[in-house]
Amino acid sequence: MKKHPQACHGPVHLLERRKFLGVLGGGALGLGAMGTRSVASELAKQQKRVLVVFLSGGVSQLETWDPKPKTDTGGPFRAIPTSVPGIHISELLPHTARHMDKLSLIRGINTRNGDHGKGSYQMQYGRNEMPGISYPHLGAVVARTLENPANPLPGNIRVGGGGRGSDAAYLGPRYGSIGVDGKPPANSTRPETISESMDRQRQEFRRRADQRFLSQRRTAETEVYTQSHDQALQLMEKREVFDVSLEPARDQERYGKHDFGTHCLMARRLLENDVPFVQISHTNYDTHNENFNFHLEQLGEFDTPFSCLIGDLHERGLLSSTLVIVMSEFGRTPRINSLYGRDHWGTAWSICLGGAMIQPGAVIGKTNDNGTQVIDREVDHGHLFHTYLAALGLDSNTSFNIAGREFPMADPSKSVIRELLS
Amino acid sequence: MDITKTHIEHEHKHGRPLLSCRFSPTEPAVYFGSEDYAVWKWNWSTGQKVKFDSDAWVRGLALSSDGQTLLTVGYDGRLLWWPTGVESPEPLRAVPAHEGWSRAVAISPDGTLVATVGNDQRVRLWNFGDGSEVREFKGQEASLENAMRHDSHIYNVLFHPRGESLVTGDLMGKLIDWDVQTGAPKRSWSAASLSKFDTGFRAQIGGFRGLRFNHDGSRLFGSGITNVTNAFAGVGNPSVVEFDWNEGKQLLEYLSKPALQGVAWGVAVLPDGTLIAAHGGSGGNLVFWKSGTADAAHQFKLPQSARDLDLSPDHARVATACADGTLRICLLDAKPA
Repeated sequence: MKKHPQACHGPVHLLERRKFLGVLGGGALGLGAMGTRSVASELAKQQKRVLVVFLSGGVSQLETWDPKPKTDTGGPFRAIPTSVPGIHISELLPHTARHMDKLSLIRGINTRNGDHGKGSYQMQYGRNEMPGISYPHLGAVVARTLENPANPLPGNIRVGGGGRGSDAAYLGPRYGSIGVDGKPPANSTRPETISESMDRQRQEFRRRADQRFLSQRRTAETEVYTQSHDQALQLMEKREVFDVSLEPARDQERYGKHDFGTHCLMARRLLENDVPFVQISHTNYDTHNENFNFHLEQLGEFDTPFSCLIGDLHERGLLSSTLVIVMSEFGRTPRINSLYGRDHWGTAWSICLGGAMIQPGAVIGKTNDNGTQVIDREVDHGHLFHTYLAALGLDSNTSFNIAGREFPMADPSKSVIRELLS
Repeated sequence: MDITKTHIEHEHKHGRPLLSCRFSPTEPAVYFGSEDYAVWKWNWSTGQKVKFDSDAWVRGLALSSDGQTLLTVGYDGRLLWWPTGVESPEPLRAVPAHEGWSRAVAISPDGTLVATVGNDQRVRLWNFGDGSEVREFKGQEASLENAMRHDSHIYNVLFHPRGESLVTGDLMGKLIDWDVQTGAPKRSWSAASLSKFDTGFRAQIGGFRGLRFNHDGSRLFGSGITNVTNAFAGVGNPSVVEFDWNEGKQLLEYLSKPALQGVAWGVAVLPDGTLIAAHGGSGGNLVFWKSGTADAAHQFKLPQSARDLDLSPDHARVATACADGTLRICLLDAKPA
């Protein structure tokens, strides 16, 4: 793992690493002669993470990852070279272009869908939405498979908003998403009116009551109820992890003080604390009207903080163990409508991803000259889901065993895009 | 002239969607920008067509008063000078005027100066004769309260007919009156109804899509979209806002009736004060208003969305650049018997 001086000298980073090692203190003793830094390095390698950047509304592939300048569908923007010779992306992403050597593109996606809800489900759950059947969200799958019992932080965090998502299906609510908004969770400090000893006593009383209840009615839900209380107590100890204002002022400036900049910085903070799955969103790209003005505006806001995040993850040695996926529910029509807009389009579009075991600087799949169809290596959301898991070192063809029933981790009819993996 | 008898007099099917249009001041011809990364000249009398290979989408067009020179500004930020009287025109001069899109260019009434604006929030003045930069119009320091400066993409630029002022309008609906001689901002005001931050989609929509003075320069008209309820679907109404130039205040907002959905992409003013706007959105229309009356006096339905409009030098016709790739020239009167 590459070390970066900034990562080793930042006070927050030092503090969190010390805590991380502190938690693992007993177990680390057995590693004997290995130095502290190499222990941390080794553990960081083992701990994989996922960051999803969801561009809500359906970002245009022609204004991002698969530009077709000077064609009947190309629009006014130009394509610019990137840090990988031969790969061009839209001029709306100049900062991201400099990090293309750390990222890859999949340009042959055909999800056969133009509906927001269905597309969002496809891309985040890896399957088509079916009545009466619930599958777990990618975040729940990752939280379950990359769970680290030594880490008290939730395994599946959405940055922006709050509450708990009911998105874990048969994996159980333990792996459902938790929303955070860049501030420590509400009510995460002990009320001043309750002393430490009183708090200890009431927690002990709760535990005894829980145990009595569980001895008679044990279900996944009741276990999660107990686990949630214990997790909340642990979270109270680490509430500063959720406080993005503790990041250096210079970084807050660099990332930008708008919501997306703050959320990117928050994502960095969570990933540095080994949260297995973090999702941030940027809205909105549903540009039926004035696609070019709005993509200019939205991608202008996206490009800087996203490239800062990629650069920082790389420099801090985290990118090799963190899968980053920039996805959307679908792309946008090559045809430009009379409102200068582009409409919903799932027939030939792209995503960007990198990190973990994704081969950097690769382009998989190809569309024709004006982007109206995939002409090479067509894939869909099922293939992508398999590939995300494989990029984390997981066997996506295995199943979860839930109460004796086998649930395939990913759609068994699809497979990994092997050539994208390093 | 009878605007209620307005009809399509000439039509040219170019094929690729159009972006902009301007009449030749001297010939029965119209210049238009297209999504095919070129500007074209079409003579409706002879049918002759000439290509100007701009290599970019062009929204800003201006012609010298003698019709000999065409200026274009494109989405690539370049300001180009073109000869108009040749079969295969090549740029006489190319100036990298702006970083990113430039959507408007204007020639001063005396023909010596050229003004351009861009997404880089800059207002620049050029020498028409040699293309050298005369000055940049710089706004006040951002730290000043109500600073006279543009902090968003600048969509339009126009010289006052007397030539001493330059007016610029931006995405946020802000107008600035600049002193052409010194480059200093003299005053600034806004058309609040022509710009909105859509909180649902988290994006700004609006701005001055059209900008015109009346003939004596006492009134300024800006066109765009108002009452936006869904920016990303273009749900709003075309609007023209009238300002008293001397007082620098808004007088009236002109709206379609029955209400249309979309944008007023261009505005023209007839000598009697009648306003004409080109509408694009849920179809296309020419919308007419009598001076001082907010409700439309007449609406003429076009076959497709209009994206720009220009008034002919004799005030008898308007040209519309339409999204279906057709240039339409409408006579503002009854068909000849």
